[in-house]
Amino acid sequence: MEILLALIIAVLTAAGIFLILRARTYPVVLGLTLLAYGVNIFLFAMGRLHIDKAAILNNNAEYTDPLPQALVLTAIVIGFAMTAFVIALSLKAYSKFGNDHINGTPVKRKDK
Amino acid sequence: MHSAILPILIPLIAGILLLLAKHFGLKNQRILSVAMIIILIVISFLALPQVLQNNPVVYAVGGWQAPFGIVLVMDRLSILMIIITSLLALGALWYAIVSDTDKRGAHFHVLFHLQLYGLNGAFLTGDLFNLFVFFEILLLASYSLLLHGEGNGRTKAGLHYVVINLVGSTLFLFAVGTLYGILGTLNIADLAYKISILPSSDVGVVAAAGLLLLVVFGLKAAMFPFYLWLPGAYSKTSAPVAALFAIMTKVGIYAIIRVHGTIFSDNAGELANYYAPWVLNAGLITLIMATFGAMSAKELKNQIAYLVLASVSTLLISVGIHSVAAMSGAIYYMIHSTLIAGGFFLLSDIIVRSRGQIRGKLIKAPLFNNSVFIGSLFFLYAIAIASMPPLSGFFGKLMILFAAIDHPHAGMVLTVVLLSGLLSIVTLAKTGSQIFYDTDNSAEPIHAKITNKYFPPVLFLFIFAPLMVIFANPITEFTQNTAEMIFNTNAYIEAVLNISTETRQ
Repeated sequence: MEILLALIIAVLTAAGIFLILRARTYPVVLGLTLLAYGVNIFLFAMGRLHIDKAAILNNNAEYTDPLPQALVLTAIVIGFAMTAFVIALSLKAYSKFGNDHINGTPVKRKDK
Repeated sequence: MHSAILPILIPLIAGILLLLAKHFGLKNQRILSVAMIIILIVISFLALPQVLQNNPVVYAVGGWQAPFGIVLVMDRLSILMIIITSLLALGALWYAIVSDTDKRGAHFHVLFHLQLYGLNGAFLTGDLFNLFVFFEILLLASYSLLLHGEGNGRTKAGLHYVVINLVGSTLFLFAVGTLYGILGTLNIADLAYKISILPSSDVGVVAAAGLLLLVVFGLKAAMFPFYLWLPGAYSKTSAPVAALFAIMTKVGIYAIIRVHGTIFSDNAGELANYYAPWVLNAGLITLIMATFGAMSAKELKNQIAYLVLASVSTLLISVGIHSVAAMSGAIYYMIHSTLIAGGFFLLSDIIVRSRGQIRGKLIKAPLFNNSVFIGSLFFLYAIAIASMPPLSGFFGKLMILFAAIDHPHAGMVLTVVLLSGLLSIVTLAKTGSQIFYDTDNSAEPIHAKITNKYFPPVLFLFIFAPLMVIFANPITEFTQNTAEMIFNTNAYIEAVLNISTETRQ
């Protein structure tokens, strides 16, 4: 299970970094979202992976670490707000520049 | 007893009240906004003696003791940062009101106070994840403030600024997650204690997480190679926002001093001060790049943005030198450079407005109204920001250079700092003569509607440069004690965790 989770985080982060380096705003926003997913799973995994343990502290001594869950919740909410903001901003940039290039000035390709 | 949380609560309440006060018109909103900033200044000055008496003031939010709950820690450094921020905010807000910047979009005052809320929170928190949350608050407010008003350049610079900071936030979470996974705590004092007893097998991972944090803070402080967003963002936004942003880079410096300085202190075993050479070298490169950037700038605001970058890199260098004397100089220089850079942005806006169509372009242009007075102000500000005597920047830089002499790389540090100082004097002299002397006298002078009400905020921020020279003795005493306190991390840890470090071991 550890390897699977590590692979998921690695793939999400790698895909996110690849997309952030694109020149159009839409892939960049998608890349930021994927990076946020990757980091959320990473944060969650930092409380260690447990199976069959109580999520909330009770009389049973066997429980998972609740703090990473609280951290992930906060990170999800903040990431959600930031994604909404960056989408609104790229829409504004699109309507201003007439294209979705990150600099507002697309480079024309010669082969077209 | 609640003095440690008041600087956070007042801007938050101000933001909410200002949102409600929208129905009462802009005039009442302005009065309320200025009144809340003055209350903030008074509250921070009232908290000062309390901090000097029992240093630091620790406030457990909700009564939960550290390291289980979130604590706010108000020590000399954080109260100083809050006082600088609120003074700068008063100047910036004053200019925003006289120049009608706040009319050019909705909710300027609300966002302005929420920005202060995030800033003060970042200065006061004693918890790493809480620092992340306050960073996000101040960033979200800064995104909206940056885009306030119109302009295509502003949208483009804003998009770059938002994306690079969102990547920075993700890196912050990775670093925080790694530290929590290894050390099991996020309280800065507790982290420092846990690192002092770290088994050597985990040293590599913690070192990586620490450097990742340095990247995040370096991004905020515009450290090389993450400074490229700064000139665009600062030169394209409106003047009061750019002035307020003079404190934003200092948040990064503060975070390096607070987090790295506390966690990787002399007690951190193998990891003791391992970040300092990175900060020093990155600071030196940033200073070189900033000086070249200022020399090659074709536009006034862009040039000033690079000069802000130069002052930030001087601070990075003195943090990297890592001694009490250098830190004391850094704190003195930080007060000076923040207020002067803010005022310089306001003055540059007056010049840009006065020159009509030519705006800030550094080309030969007709003379404009009132150019003698504006030119004198430019001269004074240029002396201050280039750190020439007799104004405060000179003493700050002198303290840093004296401290640098004892450093193994003294030759390199002195050469870079002195040469860049010389080049920035040349650059400012060239800019000043281009705008005020080498004018196109055959053309009609430009008439712009710059009234006298534009000048008081600029003078208000300038007055601190001579004041810091007149009161240099008490201020350096304060910065010296503050620097000693920063290096005495045991006192910080004992105060926060409420136990002596010896008994815990």
